[in-house]
Amino acid sequence: MDTRKPPQDYTLRIRRYDPESGEAPYWDEHVIKLEPHRSVLEGLLQAKAKFDGSIGVRCSCRAAICGSCGVRVNGKPGLACHTHLDDALKRSKDGKITVEPMGNMPVIKDLIVDMDAVHWKKINRVTPWLIGKTPVPEREYVVDRLSMVDVTQTMACIQCGACVSDCLSMEVDPGFIGPAALAKAYRFVGDPRDAQQQERLKDLAEDPNGIYNCTHCFKCVEACPKGVAPMNQIMRLRRRAGADHHINDRNNGHRHEAAFVTLVRDGGLLHEAELLPRSYGGDSWFGKFAPKAGAELVASLPAITKALLRRKVTPKAALFPHKLAKPDLEAVQNIFDTVKAREERYELNLYVVGDDKDNDQPIEGAVGDRSTT
Amino acid sequence: MKVAYWPGCVSRGFTPELHGSMAQVAPKLGIELVELDRACCTGAGVIAEHSQELADTLNARTFALAQQEIGKGADLMMNICSTCQGAQSESQERLDANKVYRDHVNETLSKESLSYTEGIANKNFLWLLVEDYGLDRLKEKVVKPLTGLKVGPFYGCYIVRPADRLGIDEENPRDSYLSLVIEALGGTVIDYAGSHKCCGFPIITMAKDASLQMAARNLGDAQAADADCIVTPCPLCHLNLDLQQPIAAKLVPTPLNMPVLHLPQLVGLALGLSPKEIGLNKHVVKPTAVVDWSASVIAGVGGEGGGW
Repeated sequence: MDTRKPPQDYTLRIRRYDPESGEAPYWDEHVIKLEPHRSVLEGLLQAKAKFDGSIGVRCSCRAAICGSCGVRVNGKPGLACHTHLDDALKRSKDGKITVEPMGNMPVIKDLIVDMDAVHWKKINRVTPWLIGKTPVPEREYVVDRLSMVDVTQTMACIQCGACVSDCLSMEVDPGFIGPAALAKAYRFVGDPRDAQQQERLKDLAEDPNGIYNCTHCFKCVEACPKGVAPMNQIMRLRRRAGADHHINDRNNGHRHEAAFVTLVRDGGLLHEAELLPRSYGGDSWFGKFAPKAGAELVASLPAITKALLRRKVTPKAALFPHKLAKPDLEAVQNIFDTVKAREERYELNLYVVGDDKDNDQPIEGAVGDRSTT
Repeated sequence: MKVAYWPGCVSRGFTPELHGSMAQVAPKLGIELVELDRACCTGAGVIAEHSQELADTLNARTFALAQQEIGKGADLMMNICSTCQGAQSESQERLDANKVYRDHVNETLSKESLSYTEGIANKNFLWLLVEDYGLDRLKEKVVKPLTGLKVGPFYGCYIVRPADRLGIDEENPRDSYLSLVIEALGGTVIDYAGSHKCCGFPIITMAKDASLQMAARNLGDAQAADADCIVTPCPLCHLNLDLQQPIAAKLVPTPLNMPVLHLPQLVGLALGLSPKEIGLNKHVVKPTAVVDWSASVIAGVGGEGGGW
């Protein structure tokens, strides 16, 4: 970062809104003058000091560690103090840097959103503290180093709310526990000292707003300024709930995953016509005859009928799935069996090991989630 | 141009018109498709959810098969599914980053005498069109420009996020390529809120209402922005946006009637293929606006001085 460039003008387009005023939200523009490497937050504070003291913005450390200044810059969520003015300008559509409050949370004033109403409520939902084992050890808990390294990724969270802001599941279903809180849940589920991992997982798997409501859109992975990758943590929660704790949840989450894996093992390719009924009814050929699968079939009839009418799906294709040729299918099944037979789950977490390009020599990859399958 | 072609499962299952239209479009463009018919499902993120190593090994096998074709003269590997692209890119990211891990995975593949060498070029048809085929060359092939057709892009999450994994940067703004292609084909790009959002498909069996709400909202946004149709490079998005549209429509007050095209279908239209040749008759939501547009262009070309 070149810090020697002279100050220049930047136009900030700020979303203003005061719910108590009864006025509609509006856009306000201010031209500030700063060096290109300075932050959007510094720009906002200059606008506030020079032009309009009533601009509402929350901030504290100005060093990307307190998590107070979460906003949307040019439509993307992040920390105002962690976004350089020149980068923000580059990504703007029309030469003006747009700053808005985060989404999915009510606005208190201008760029300040109500974190209590959404974010903190959801964090509290997941019992965000360690539930110790009993009897309490006489001295300290002794923990395998690698298993603690694994949870450092979730510990990097600074509670800024950027992931919550853009969660697409939460956008349509505000009840969803959401990325930040579920990443926090993994912090304790992944901690070998916690005594209630099974209970935590069961709670989060059975909750209709829990781990199986994540739509896998990567928005939170992209939003997080700290590399927490909340969605990856949610996938780990699912993996532990299903594979390690065998929780057969009422949301079809585990059944869907199990059916998918079985169907690909059986044919090498996915047989979609079987996936839906098995997700509801259970992971076997008989799954489609379960009452839940039948109810779902009836509900889907408008779509199914049209698909058949338009010859999008033919009865033949629905009954006889496409499959790989025998030698290839056997090779694929061999891979399934080899991996299944491993004593430990081999999971590579690049957040932990980094890229070979950045290391002097290749690093042993098997750090990360090492729980026994 | 010759590509090691991975069609995916859904393009040969519930959206046969996708694989079908790609097969029609490729010769028109002069792209030779060498189908990877020995390869298996990418896992679509679900197998990775079950076991990362399993998903990575299955995808490494596909890469190894593709590399055999590349050794025999194919330029690169190509797919026609955002979800395949995302799942494969995720596996590739881990395989390419760590030699110890790659060796471990190759050890499993060695039983079949296969091995993956890091750094395969694997691109969705969309990326290939812009980066390898070239928009100028594409424009030259257009015989029936999509003049007056208003098209809303819909990417699918897996092909736009996370940006660094998918190689999206200033040099390759892959998250804007659909607009570039629509323009190159002569169509009008419709900018609407849902273009980069989620179709909801991954949670259709777990949270059906939320899933269909997502689909309905995106479709409604495109409709409100006056789009004639949506185009997507992802067959899974197509399932939620097209196949499920009649059910999704019940969740919102506005009636929905938004045709959803696969990317090769849109390209095919501009290359002069008939709606039937590209399988538009197989959609659940009849692409009436698109078919009518197509007919009006033919009438226009036939009439003196353009009759429309």
